[in-house]
Amino acid sequence: MSDLEELEQSILADIAASDSEQAIETVRVSALGKKGSISEKLKTLGKMSADERKVMGPAINGLKTRVADAITERKAALHDLAIEARLASETVDVTLPVRRSPAEVGRIHPISQVVDEITAIFSDMGFSIAEGPDIETDYYNFTALNFPEGHPAREMHDTFFFRPDAEGERKLLRTHTSPVQIHTMERHSPPYRIVIPGKTYRCDSDATHSPMFHQLEGLVVDRTTNVANLKWVLQEFCKAFFEVPHINMRFRPSYFPFTEPSLEVDIQCDRSGAEVRFGEGTDWMEILGCGMVNPNVLRNVGLDPDEYQGFAWGIGIDRLAMLKYGMPDLRAFFDADVRWLNHYGFRPLDVPTLFAGLSG
Amino acid sequence: MKFTLSWLKDHLDTEATLDEIVDALNMIGLEVEEIDDKAALKPFVIARVLTAEQHPDADRLRVLTVDTGSGEPVQVVCGAPNARAGLIGAFAPPGTYIPGIDLMLAVGKIRGVESHGMMCSERELQLSDEHEGIIDLQEELEIGSSFAAYAGLDDPVIEIGLTPNRPDCTGVRGIARDLAAYGLGTLKDGHTPPAGGTDPCPVGISLEFGDTQPLCLGFALRMVKGVKNGPSPQWMQKRLTAIGLRPINALVDITNYVTFDRGRPLHVFDAGKVHGDLVVRRGRDGEKVLALDEREYEVNDGICVIADDRGVESLAGVMGGERSGCDDDTIDVLIESALWDPANIARTGRDLGIITDARYRFERGVDPAYMAEGMELATKLVLQLCGGVPSQPVITGYAEPEEKIVAFPVSEVKRLTGANVPREEALSILARLGFEAEGEGETVNVTVPTWRPDIDGKADLVEEVMRIYGVNRIDPQPLPRNTHINERILTTMQIRTRSVRRALAARGMQEAVNWSFIPADQAELFGGGGEALKLANPIAADMSDMRPSLLPGLLAGAQRNADRGHGDTALFEVSDIYEDDTYAGQHRQAAGVRRGTAGLEGSGRHWNGAAASVGVFDAKADALAALEACGAPVARVQIEAGAPDWYHPGRSGVIKLGPKVVLGTFGEFHPKALDRMGVDGPVCGFEIRIDAVPEPKRKATRTKTPLEISPFQALKRDFAFVVDADVAAAQIVTSVAGADKKLIADVRVFDLFEGPSLGDGKKSVAVEVDIQPTDRTLTDADLEALAARIVENVSKKTGGVLRG
Repeated sequence: MSDLEELEQSILADIAASDSEQAIETVRVSALGKKGSISEKLKTLGKMSADERKVMGPAINGLKTRVADAITERKAALHDLAIEARLASETVDVTLPVRRSPAEVGRIHPISQVVDEITAIFSDMGFSIAEGPDIETDYYNFTALNFPEGHPAREMHDTFFFRPDAEGERKLLRTHTSPVQIHTMERHSPPYRIVIPGKTYRCDSDATHSPMFHQLEGLVVDRTTNVANLKWVLQEFCKAFFEVPHINMRFRPSYFPFTEPSLEVDIQCDRSGAEVRFGEGTDWMEILGCGMVNPNVLRNVGLDPDEYQGFAWGIGIDRLAMLKYGMPDLRAFFDADVRWLNHYGFRPLDVPTLFAGLSG
Repeated sequence: MKFTLSWLKDHLDTEATLDEIVDALNMIGLEVEEIDDKAALKPFVIARVLTAEQHPDADRLRVLTVDTGSGEPVQVVCGAPNARAGLIGAFAPPGTYIPGIDLMLAVGKIRGVESHGMMCSERELQLSDEHEGIIDLQEELEIGSSFAAYAGLDDPVIEIGLTPNRPDCTGVRGIARDLAAYGLGTLKDGHTPPAGGTDPCPVGISLEFGDTQPLCLGFALRMVKGVKNGPSPQWMQKRLTAIGLRPINALVDITNYVTFDRGRPLHVFDAGKVHGDLVVRRGRDGEKVLALDEREYEVNDGICVIADDRGVESLAGVMGGERSGCDDDTIDVLIESALWDPANIARTGRDLGIITDARYRFERGVDPAYMAEGMELATKLVLQLCGGVPSQPVITGYAEPEEKIVAFPVSEVKRLTGANVPREEALSILARLGFEAEGEGETVNVTVPTWRPDIDGKADLVEEVMRIYGVNRIDPQPLPRNTHINERILTTMQIRTRSVRRALAARGMQEAVNWSFIPADQAELFGGGGEALKLANPIAADMSDMRPSLLPGLLAGAQRNADRGHGDTALFEVSDIYEDDTYAGQHRQAAGVRRGTAGLEGSGRHWNGAAASVGVFDAKADALAALEACGAPVARVQIEAGAPDWYHPGRSGVIKLGPKVVLGTFGEFHPKALDRMGVDGPVCGFEIRIDAVPEPKRKATRTKTPLEISPFQALKRDFAFVVDADVAAAQIVTSVAGADKKLIADVRVFDLFEGPSLGDGKKSVAVEVDIQPTDRTLTDADLEALAARIVENVSKKTGGVLRG
């Protein structure tokens, strides 16, 4: 065996024995570095004769190439091993839980969600949203709405009163959102297409009555709007709100001081099971009151009832929520119980729209 | 208003079924609230006792075999002394509910003998209180037929929820009239001819109101002499019982009967107990009357009374007096039928707290034209049931009601309802309801019947036509759509309200809706409690004051949850608070409370590190996020100390925009405030005023300002300053940023250190400064100059020195 062969075998053995990227680097330097064994051999070429060089040149260069290749290969293999070892050491138990996104934990109260749903529907029909004060005068809550002084209809309202002021005027908590009709009509000119969501108050409390509740008032006044339009608006609203393809509604004549004619509306439903289903069944459930705006109300805001006409309605927002989403007890709406909010509340990113379906 | 089917048929000639009548009532605006079709009495059948043997083990019991009309005779054990072979009575099979003793009957063994049903007593069937023996009909009747039908107990009871505009339907006759108009039958003649009478009425009646407003609008009085009072007949008692009234005696029952039959309340005085003539007048201070409900009422000059020489005998139109009431010994009776001022009756009833069938009708408005005839009907019934001799009637103070005529363009029906009701049909409907229309043209003059005080104008007539024509015959018509796509329809406040809700919920908080009224002490604690915002009639003592802040409701809510075992809660509310009783004083706020460890990232323990207790900075982050959602310029706000005194003075802040506008407050709470609220545990909160955020300026264009990205390398440099401990970090940040507003893009506090190495009362605040050159790359000299300016400015503004 020649010197070169011995050297090659010795280096290849060192390469094979290298067990780390650092060790293989040491082998590379000792063979191919400036003073490495192969580099030293290459330096001897200069002193050789031409004939010797013809033989030894390719031999030493061949050796250099083979060794370099072997080092590269070993280096790559060792690098892979090192990565594998690192990965193994970095492995964690990915089944450990992470914290939930706050946006998944937070909740929107069903009343707010339902108001947003209602807003989506009525804005599509060209309505605006109006608001007004919770603390009202007798005039706006009753007189302007054609409740005669001392009329039994006033007593049906179980009104919360404040103490009389120095002038003897006694303010009250609005018993319905209808006063906002008057405020709106006093401030703006017709035509009107508004809905008025808001808090209302009556001195009454049980599973379906609460001293504070939420009402949605609607008002349309122009030169042509009639009962037929009223029926259409309410029918379309109920279908859209309850997200059912058809709904049977029954309009019954009734009485409210501020509308004439007045109607109550029932929807057909099935109450045989745990939940109420609309568009089927044989029960009728009363859901709202409505009617053509009473001529006296129009006169009270300076409109001529022979020129302007229209309709109004009022519906309980809490009741709509209960019917659609199945909460059994109204009182729980106002208890801030996180178990209830978590269960019946809505995720903040579930914004109701018509284009995505109200409840998704 | 309750009535029975047979009662209705006294006035309405109809073949309609109960279901048809109920549907019709609903459709014409007389909403049926409840129907009792007496199905519960169906199982009771007429049965014959075949044999009656002594019970082997009980002296008082007998073992009967009973023929019930279906199949084999059944064995019944019976304790009644009158049980005997051949008796015909009422039998209830097992499985029947026995109303009189509230019992579900089952097959039972009584002293070892099986009993398969029950022979009933009158009390068991709620016919009377009779319980001495079982019903003994002593009549040959069809065995197995319905006992309820035989006894007239199967008369269905209908209750309608009467709206306050329909006094005419407080009597069965008015309901019959409406149904007849709807086409459900024919209204029978209800006229009562005068009873005549030869002698004048021995008791005089006068209305004495002096120069005050008369509270009595007419009074009819008649005496019937020599009556024999006692229980009223079964048919009358049954009807009164069916609608929930207790039969008293014939004279009293007659007044109740006419009240419900005609909506015409009456009163009867025992003439033997009336001293002198009757006077109708205002009450006098100090006068009292013991009323028929056995309670004493004090009257005043706002209350109308009927008095005799002894004093007040009756609260006019509301309730009679005990002293002159009729009983079984009454021989001469005075029948009163009068008209009272409706508003005064309502006020009297309200002030005295009396709800009676008379008040209910008078305050809604009885038919003035029926006053005298009502007395005649009562007279007729008295003569029929109690005998006697009528006097001539006395009528005083009565004026024929004025004719009310409404000019009615028939086209109003189409204008207001959209329904194409032919003219003849519309006028025919009105005629059937008792209206009289005159005129051939488009507009007719309609005379309103005296029993309809609710009809004032043409819209009322439209309603009459519509409800009888049928609302459900009106086809829905779309509301015309706008000719343009909607512009923005929400106000800025409404948009902010929606945004801030979702922003806070997205921070893991749950939205509460709390009462607008809170306990007085909580209102006071949070800066409210003023007189103007106290309810005069709160539903509960702890719901008395309009809230001055959303925080007390949220704190109380968090504590309720904690008491239920949910201590880590993050609640918020976006709603109104009340500074005073005007609309300007009603402000839209957003507030939130975090309790326990309910921070933004989650609460409670976690393998990767437990959540810390919440504190002032959680509240501050929520407050700023809420303001940002409202569109407030959060980069420009100032944070100052001086939050209201329900906050922890050293761990709270006020958020201001400029020197005057307060946008909100945040912080941990004062321990005393929490004590008074009964709240414990780590808790922090914030409140922002949505309506204090300035309205954004309307921009002419939606185009955003061009994005300018500097081509020159940005740099970061750190500085640590040692300052006095009471120097605000914000002041250091402002001083650093102020050193070169062009070059310094951002300044962030990244470290805060306090320790003995700095010396007493000192702290170190370290900031990282983003430097962004805009016109050329900075040289080392530029940077050194900038650093020097920063250090100098901080030193000048805060006294801070670069930390060595």
